[in-house]
Amino acid sequence: MTQAAILVLEDGTVFRGTALGAAGTTVGEVVFNTAITGYQEILSDPSYARQIVTLTYPHIGNTGVTTVDAESRATFAAGLVIRDLPLLVSNWRSQMDLDTYLRNQEMVAIADIDTRALTRLIREKGAQSGCISTGSGLDVEDALAQARAFGGLQGLDLAKEVSTAEPYEWREGVWELESNSHPSPPANEFKVVAYDFGLKHNISRLLVERGCKLEIVPAQTPADVVLAREPDGVFLSNGPGDPEPCSYAIESIAQILENRTPMFGICLGHQLLALACGAKTTKMKFGHHGANHPVKDLASGAVLITSQNHGFAVDEESLPANVEATHRSLFDGTLQGIRLRDRAAFGFQGHPEASPGPHDIQNLFDEFIAAMRAEQETA
Amino acid sequence: MPRRTDIESILIIGAGPIVIGQACEFDYSGTQACVALKSEGYRVILVNSNPATIMTDPGVADATYIEPITWEVVAEIIEREKPDALLPTMGGQTALNCALDLDRHGVLEKFGVELIGASQAAIDKAEDRQKFREAMDAIGLKSPKSILVNNFAAALEAQTQLGFPTIIRPSFTLGGTGGGIAFNKQEFEEICKRGLDASPTSEILVEQSVLGWKEYEMEVVRDRKDNCIIICAIENLDPMGVHTGDSITVAPAQTLTDKEYQILRNASIAVLREIGVDTGGSNVQFAINPDNGELVVIEMNPRVSRSSALASKATGFPIAKVAARLAVGYTLDELDNDITGGATPASFEPSIDYVVTKVPRFTFEKFPQADDRLTTQMKSVGEVMAIGRTFQESMLKALRGTETGICGFDEILEDRNDRDTLNRELSSAGAHRIRYVADAFRLGYSRDEVFERTHIDPWFLVAIEDIVSEEQRVREQGFESLDAERLRSLKRKGFSDARLASLCAVSEEQLREHRWALGITPVYKRVDSCAAEFDVTTAYMYSTYESECESLPTDAAKVIVLGGGPNRIGQGIEFDYCCVQASMAARDAGFESIMINCNPETVSTDYDISDRLYFEPLSLEDVLEVVRIEQPKGVILQFGGQTPLKLARALEKAGVNILGTSPDSIDLAEDRERFKQFLIDNELKQPANETVRSSEAAKENAEKIGYPLVVRPSYVLGGRAMEIVYNSRQLARYMDEAVAVSEESPVLLDKFLNHAIEVDVDAVSDGEQVLIGGIMEHIEEAGVHSGDSACALPPHNLSAAIQDEIRRQITLMAKGLGVVGLVNAQFAIQGNEIFVLEVNPRASRTAPFVSKAVALSLPFVAAQCMLGRTLAEQGVRHIATPQYCSVKEAVFPFAKFPGVDPLLGPEMKSTGEVMGIGATFGEAFGKSQRAANMTLPTGGCAFISVRDEDKPEAVKVGRRLSELGFDLTATGGTARALAAEGVECRTVKKVLEGRPHIVDMIKNEEIDLIINTTEGETAIADSYTLRTSAIQRRVAYTTTMAAANAVVSALGEKGGKVRKLQQLHEEILAQ
Repeated sequence: MTQAAILVLEDGTVFRGTALGAAGTTVGEVVFNTAITGYQEILSDPSYARQIVTLTYPHIGNTGVTTVDAESRATFAAGLVIRDLPLLVSNWRSQMDLDTYLRNQEMVAIADIDTRALTRLIREKGAQSGCISTGSGLDVEDALAQARAFGGLQGLDLAKEVSTAEPYEWREGVWELESNSHPSPPANEFKVVAYDFGLKHNISRLLVERGCKLEIVPAQTPADVVLAREPDGVFLSNGPGDPEPCSYAIESIAQILENRTPMFGICLGHQLLALACGAKTTKMKFGHHGANHPVKDLASGAVLITSQNHGFAVDEESLPANVEATHRSLFDGTLQGIRLRDRAAFGFQGHPEASPGPHDIQNLFDEFIAAMRAEQETA
Repeated sequence: MPRRTDIESILIIGAGPIVIGQACEFDYSGTQACVALKSEGYRVILVNSNPATIMTDPGVADATYIEPITWEVVAEIIEREKPDALLPTMGGQTALNCALDLDRHGVLEKFGVELIGASQAAIDKAEDRQKFREAMDAIGLKSPKSILVNNFAAALEAQTQLGFPTIIRPSFTLGGTGGGIAFNKQEFEEICKRGLDASPTSEILVEQSVLGWKEYEMEVVRDRKDNCIIICAIENLDPMGVHTGDSITVAPAQTLTDKEYQILRNASIAVLREIGVDTGGSNVQFAINPDNGELVVIEMNPRVSRSSALASKATGFPIAKVAARLAVGYTLDELDNDITGGATPASFEPSIDYVVTKVPRFTFEKFPQADDRLTTQMKSVGEVMAIGRTFQESMLKALRGTETGICGFDEILEDRNDRDTLNRELSSAGAHRIRYVADAFRLGYSRDEVFERTHIDPWFLVAIEDIVSEEQRVREQGFESLDAERLRSLKRKGFSDARLASLCAVSEEQLREHRWALGITPVYKRVDSCAAEFDVTTAYMYSTYESECESLPTDAAKVIVLGGGPNRIGQGIEFDYCCVQASMAARDAGFESIMINCNPETVSTDYDISDRLYFEPLSLEDVLEVVRIEQPKGVILQFGGQTPLKLARALEKAGVNILGTSPDSIDLAEDRERFKQFLIDNELKQPANETVRSSEAAKENAEKIGYPLVVRPSYVLGGRAMEIVYNSRQLARYMDEAVAVSEESPVLLDKFLNHAIEVDVDAVSDGEQVLIGGIMEHIEEAGVHSGDSACALPPHNLSAAIQDEIRRQITLMAKGLGVVGLVNAQFAIQGNEIFVLEVNPRASRTAPFVSKAVALSLPFVAAQCMLGRTLAEQGVRHIATPQYCSVKEAVFPFAKFPGVDPLLGPEMKSTGEVMGIGATFGEAFGKSQRAANMTLPTGGCAFISVRDEDKPEAVKVGRRLSELGFDLTATGGTARALAAEGVECRTVKKVLEGRPHIVDMIKNEEIDLIINTTEGETAIADSYTLRTSAIQRRVAYTTTMAAANAVVSALGEKGGKVRKLQQLHEEILAQ
């Protein structure tokens, strides 16, 4: 029997639907993502910590869930909002259905609401704090109070919360259709240390695939600990929340830059790199959340379709003289990529690792490899 | 970089007539391309032989040629217009093949014309099966194992390597013409021979079968800087084995994980790069093994296609418009996405937040001899698309939009115990497989059983199973159970009022009243290409049952135009042309125009044709809901053909203001008894006729009227089961065998007017004045459906007095019927007598042809009349009779239906039409034949075999052919008649007279022209193989003496010259 559920936004809007996943109440910043495929990857992306994700495509769950596609050790989104959970899963790779997965992951979710109306509301008003409550005795007032009590993401350092507690090595390469697995290629050419601010597995896989011996370290690992490992390159991962409070990371990055170690940052990692260079970040109205965002490579003029998921952005105006813009969004002109003129360091705001989304900009990983190779050769 | 400045003029080739596999979608894309390039400042030159297109309206291109699309003719146009570039990707396979021919014959090089959009090499690589395969190998993509052969022996050898079933695909043919799936040797031989014949290069690909694999299509756009975007991924509900044009398809893809989807995405882009499609849109088709995700590439089209039109409508991304701009040098980031009013660039990939379902429309009932099983050769004639928030909703909306009389998953199995039929229909798909699937669930089949037989993905099956079980509950619980919550949940699933009403055994009206009383009405969501991420300015909408409505109707005075729904035989692009004109007329007259239609191929469903577009089924429920929210001043439903016309009475009853001619007048014209009285009152003649309810009454009345008679059952529309009988014996047989005449099923007897000339007239009336658009004389005699008959404007065998009398009669009838808008009448002229055959106070199939011929858009003027502007106020007083001759010729799908007799009769069978314009009738007719792909021979051997009454005429034709240098061959009786008049000829045996006979000669390619008229069943059966082999061998043939005469007059004219439509129009307007 279906259970009722409500989603209440801080502005008082109430959506009534049916409950999905775990029973209970959850709060977070309500955002939307317009990607049609890749719900499992989205739910298991640590960048969604404290966010309730609305997926705009109406049927979510068609292909079930497989451990193969997980982007981290668990789900991180605070909740899920969808229009329709299909009656049946149909895909040869599926191991369980979405509802079961949500229950296992203790994620509260709501279905059967007008997700398009919700998306339009967020578009007009900006990201909203919200509360999903399921089960009997739904209390709108209480849910509203909880939504309002959630203060939003600004000023929240979530990276350290989602990061790994201990350093570890990663050996898996990218997914392969024939075996439906991630074979491990030999990895010995470059020693790379990746800061885990909310790292997605596919980033690790793409690095390993390119011959990196990869060690993943916690967000708060000091620079000297990283540099003591004598890495060929340092990677700065994606992650949730506001970059500004992550002063420890900004400090470490600044030190690593001093050491001239090649560095590549994605999303939060890109923002932290910018902050370490002295630039500023700002909170966007409702951010970029989709798998169809065109980005222009300013050097080549090429248009690349990218996966995007960020609510904060680097202010291009604030870039210091030694940092140049490399990519810009063709949607709103916001800064999408930076490169240091005097160091082998660069960052990208979107998600070149895709998963979900197009692979158009995976060449950035090759550039990172090239930067390390160039550094080795000069050294 | 902005647009290229080194080219100034661009030639666009259209797709020609509507045929199976090539329909309105190329008018949609071609019109977009012309408008886009013109607005960029280029001089656009257009060639298209199809007059029923918007693109051939004189204002769309700078120089328009309604001429046959053959390389020779286009070469002449090139010589005259000297275009700098040729864009060959907007006119389907026809345009691509023509461009390749122009290139091959050195025309492009000679006149320095650059191919833009797709290079010769790219087209070749994509279309040549072997080269395509090699290209796929080169980029590591698998294709089904296949072997290219150019003779049957080699095909047989290939087959033994690949096993059964085997797929046969001819190279360079449209819509898979000539291809098929063979399950045994006999089928294999049949299909191979047909395929070798159909391929212009006599090549077929014998291919490993991937039957039952999932089928996907990717619509890709690429610019000259190698930026690639995917517009839409389409998943076919019907798995591999059914041509994608005949498959139910769904967008976006439903059953792929992101990992698999990205493989498809990367592969499609890799295909475009490898094939070398520099700019523009392409379509790539894949098959995926549902058990392990194994992927193979099936084919790609380096041009806009039916699928790209569907993708454009499904996402709101105008592929053709963007492709045209990319072809002249723009890059994706330099172009805006129009639908968001420039808020987003054209370089993004659309994301959608709804489900789109396309359902094909078939007309096998018109071709009872055709094989009605779906294979790799396309057989559908139209399609309907529907948008819903869920698959179930969009599927149910699409089904009720098909215009097949269903309002959902209506039961189809006649006998519930007939499992053999059910199982056969499940495993070997026909036109209605989806409804048999529903029936299977009704009979308790499990999902697994249905899957085993159909290989339709379980994800789709479960949705249908759920609908069936909901239906069952409604049926059991009855009308009373439909409280607000229950009814809302059913409407959210997409159930129509009509279906729910029939399940509860109440009237649709009752159900609607109940629903409205409960306050349950749909909301309208916008198609915005970005899943609401950005605000949109465009009002392109669909209905659904959700909380928020985005339609935001304005306070303006509005007019709703009801479109024509899916194409089918008898209802095609002509009506869409009229609807578009009506919408433009409404805008011109200061109204907000609102279009409702569900045919994704059309120009009318382009979101910038009308102020607002509702992409909805044309059912009473869906139309009433739009009326409810928009509150228009009135509705125009006389332009969309039968589909909207059927709603007239019900809409009127529901209080909707019908603009123009009243539904009662429309009814009067269609009601046999009322119309008979109307003619009597107006002292007009009609062929003597009676309605009879028994064999005895038939015999009695037949004597009274006199033979020959046209006989038909009164309850069947569209000329089905209609026959001509010459004596009481034939009549008795017809009454007893062909139809079971009774009190409930009366039969209509009409005097058949022998040797009468049939005439079509189109006119416009504002209620006071009647403006005659044109009088068209049919080439075929009365008895051939007017839609299938060629016709000429102005008439060339009618005296001025007769023409004046025709004018008087139609004026009288238009006034008598109170026509405001378009009216079409058909007359038969026998000697000096004029008989009225029928009057239709609404848009006719000939309206666009007449408009092109006389330089005035009749539907535009008519629509303005309907909106209250008189002809005088519009400044339209008189239409001059053109100095040149225009001929309309019908185009038939016989080549797609092997075995179907191409003999013309009272039942319409053509899918499209072409127009030929010439200084004389002969020149115009000759062009129309070339345009219809009937190449008239310039010499060789003509075969003549005619029925007795045609023999005198045959002698004249034979003599003329002889003078033109033809050798003559005739069957016994005809040969004797010719010889008696001193016309020399050889004699050949009829098929029943032993061998060698005439069919042997046709097969030996000894015959170049066939003139064959017959009557009586035996003779028709005898000559059947003659006509079908003529089609297979592509020998020019005529089945009426009138057409034979026309052919002879065309043969007398050598060639013809190309004429610019704008210039012809200037001349006529100056008259």
